[in-house]
Amino acid sequence: MKAPALRVYTIAYLVFLYAPIVLLPLFAFNDSKVIAFPLQGFTTSWFQIMWADQNLWNAIKNSAVISTSVAVFSTLLGLFAARASTRFKFPAKGAALGLIMLPLVLPEMIVAMSMLVVLLALGVPLSIFTIILGHVLLCTPFAVAILTSAFQSLDQSLEEAALDLGETPLSTFWLIILPLVMPGIISSLLICFTISLDEFIMAYFLGGNEPVLSTYIFGQFRFPQRVPAIMALGTILVCLSITLLAIAEYFRRRGIAKAGGKDTGGFL
Amino acid sequence: MSTKDAMIEFRDVHKYYGDYHALRGITGTIRPGEFFSLLGPSGCGKTTLLRTIAGFEGISSGAVLVDGRDMAGVPANKRPTNMVFQSYAIFPHLSVEQNVGFGLRKDPRPAAEKAKAVDEALEMVGLKGYGKRAAHALSGGQRQRVALARALILKPKVLLLDEPLSALDKKMREQMQMELIKLQRQVGITFILVTHDQEEALVMSDRIAVMFEGEIAQLADPETLYRRPNSRKVADFIGTMNFLPARVTGEAGDTVEVEAAGFGRFGVAASQVMGGKTSEGATVGFRPETLTILFDGSAPSDRETMATIEEVVYFGDMTYYDVRIDGTQTAVRISMRNVFGRPVLDIGARARVGWSPGALVLFR
Repeated sequence: MKAPALRVYTIAYLVFLYAPIVLLPLFAFNDSKVIAFPLQGFTTSWFQIMWADQNLWNAIKNSAVISTSVAVFSTLLGLFAARASTRFKFPAKGAALGLIMLPLVLPEMIVAMSMLVVLLALGVPLSIFTIILGHVLLCTPFAVAILTSAFQSLDQSLEEAALDLGETPLSTFWLIILPLVMPGIISSLLICFTISLDEFIMAYFLGGNEPVLSTYIFGQFRFPQRVPAIMALGTILVCLSITLLAIAEYFRRRGIAKAGGKDTGGFL
Repeated sequence: MSTKDAMIEFRDVHKYYGDYHALRGITGTIRPGEFFSLLGPSGCGKTTLLRTIAGFEGISSGAVLVDGRDMAGVPANKRPTNMVFQSYAIFPHLSVEQNVGFGLRKDPRPAAEKAKAVDEALEMVGLKGYGKRAAHALSGGQRQRVALARALILKPKVLLLDEPLSALDKKMREQMQMELIKLQRQVGITFILVTHDQEEALVMSDRIAVMFEGEIAQLADPETLYRRPNSRKVADFIGTMNFLPARVTGEAGDTVEVEAAGFGRFGVAASQVMGGKTSEGATVGFRPETLTILFDGSAPSDRETMATIEEVVYFGDMTYYDVRIDGTQTAVRISMRNVFGRPVLDIGARARVGWSPGALVLFR
């Protein structure tokens, strides 16, 4: 990079992007109730306070149930859609896939509100289950994108070869296709889990009285003295997210290499 | 033909993809133990035809019989055929021996016997000791051999090969051609090879079906295809053939009287006459090696004509001359072996050209 102006711009941009996240652990270990410089000294008491909060554990339990269910359902739906889109031709295929991918670009607020209206009209009580419904809608496009890439790098004659060697379509799927797309499945599970874990709007609109992590954190900001404990929680969540995404990307890349394909994009 | 003489029988096979007529009435038989090739340009339907035998492609009408049994409704995994794919389709997550032994999964034999069968199959294709290697770490030629071993271990009645050598470099390809011929003789299984390479088909096959646009244009042994192609199209596709306009002047017994510019009047044996009965627009065809440039001291030919050298292509062991025979409009190609002491002629030189009516084919 020869232009110094571009270099300065790039650095400034990255600082702007990541400085707030770096501040998170800084204040999480700062021995003061006020989020301000100068730092007052090192403490781990905010983590202890956070750890002792029963409401937080309740939210974590809900979030774990939701995110796990969402990861499984979205990946399962994504599996069907990716298989259909890479292997078969059928009428209105483009339109069907377009509609599946649409929630990626729709304003989430609008989707959440319309879902709320429909659910209330149908008399469905708001609960963890309704949050799962909303999150599956949001996560399925990601699952489809990841799994389509996994299926596309799969040579179709592998399937024919297995049939030719005496396997049924079902055992072929089990013995050949599943092992080869497994890295994509793991990657999809982890990414859907991560997205669902920190999603706020759907959880806020469709959750009724059930707290999840994101709505819990939002609620805690009303009490200034609780903010440092939130910083501690945030620090843990950031680390967890980065770890999960890194694992997901590792599996996605390994999957493509295993099937002998070329890397064509991805999230990291 | 009784079913005993036919390993594969096509009965008026048609295949449509929507409006596209991919196979247009294929009829023919492939004999047991034969090395058979489906040869044609891309898009002629040869791969589609192969895939109808394997069961990967349904047919719109007609019948495909394998060893006397109609294959209608029989899925690919229940057919007595195995296939070597163009991409080899080696399972990348399995080892070499797992790949080769894949088809034995439902075999009731004890594991030790199966392992022995895998070792034997690997030895047969020259990959002894490669069993533990990861499949994705193999070279193209090695993958090819694994694919062969994986298909042959099941002792199929028919082995189907879909352009198996097209991804290899020239030297490797020629080596594999010889190995495949030997392997076929050794196992005695019917091999059906799909290829667009006419040289490969000539070298390897007992018989060849030349296909154009979903139809078999000619089905014959390599020598007949080369010496007596039944149409200009087949003649053009297999090797090089020169064409010159001619006129049929009469027929006497088993001989057709022909007059061609540069060659004069001569008779062609009925066995060398292809096509219908029309006398309009006839063509004589001849291979480059059936004409001879008569150097000083070479044996006299039964017929001679004069020609001018227009182009010289030197190949080391051979020289190709494009010559224009006096009285004709287009140049024809003559190939001459560069035997010791024989000069290479220059462009513009005059030459005596010897020919023989017996080496000509007349297309009517």
